[in-house]
Amino acid sequence: MNPLETLWGTIISGLLLTLVLYGAVRFALGG
Amino acid sequence: MEYVPALARWIHFLAGVMWLGLLFYFNFVQIQALKAAQADGTAAGIQKHVAPLALLWFRWAAVVTWLAGAALLGRDFVSAFTLSKSHLAIGIGAWLGTIMLVNVWALIWPKQKIILGMVPATDDEKSRARRTAFLVSRVNLMLSIPMLFFMAAGGHSALYLGH
Repeated sequence: MNPLETLWGTIISGLLLTLVLYGAVRFALGG
Repeated sequence: MEYVPALARWIHFLAGVMWLGLLFYFNFVQIQALKAAQADGTAAGIQKHVAPLALLWFRWAAVVTWLAGAALLGRDFVSAFTLSKSHLAIGIGAWLGTIMLVNVWALIWPKQKIILGMVPATDDEKSRARRTAFLVSRVNLMLSIPMLFFMAAGGHSALYLGH
């Protein structure tokens, strides 16, 4: 099921995307 | 001169609140309300009087937010959009915001014009436009979460550098 079909699926996807991008930034900056 | 960045930041926040406020309104309120209204035959009022006005402020607030953000970046604009290490966090925020702006003008607004009957379309075209507009609006809601994190946390380098 597409998580964007529901409000909570969308919000959780946004939180997960935040975590992924945060990890990528930390990695890129060697933090 | 400090006036330009101060003014740009203020306008960026004001317009950004309006843009995201209306994005949240569409996703948290209108989509669900329209479903219920369509079930009891009261959707016409929302589609005729509420949605066009909300979309008007929504799409222009998006433009003002982006322009004020660009003015606020000033000489850092290129460093942010090329994701240089010194501007990585705000650069990611700026890119997410830019993708959201493109989604508004290239997808959401053209599809909403079809849905709201502002351009002629068959029922099938309306149905497909409704689906696309819904999904792109959801994508923007999803992107707004990391976008706001990176915009707000841009100045807090300790978050990224681990000290």
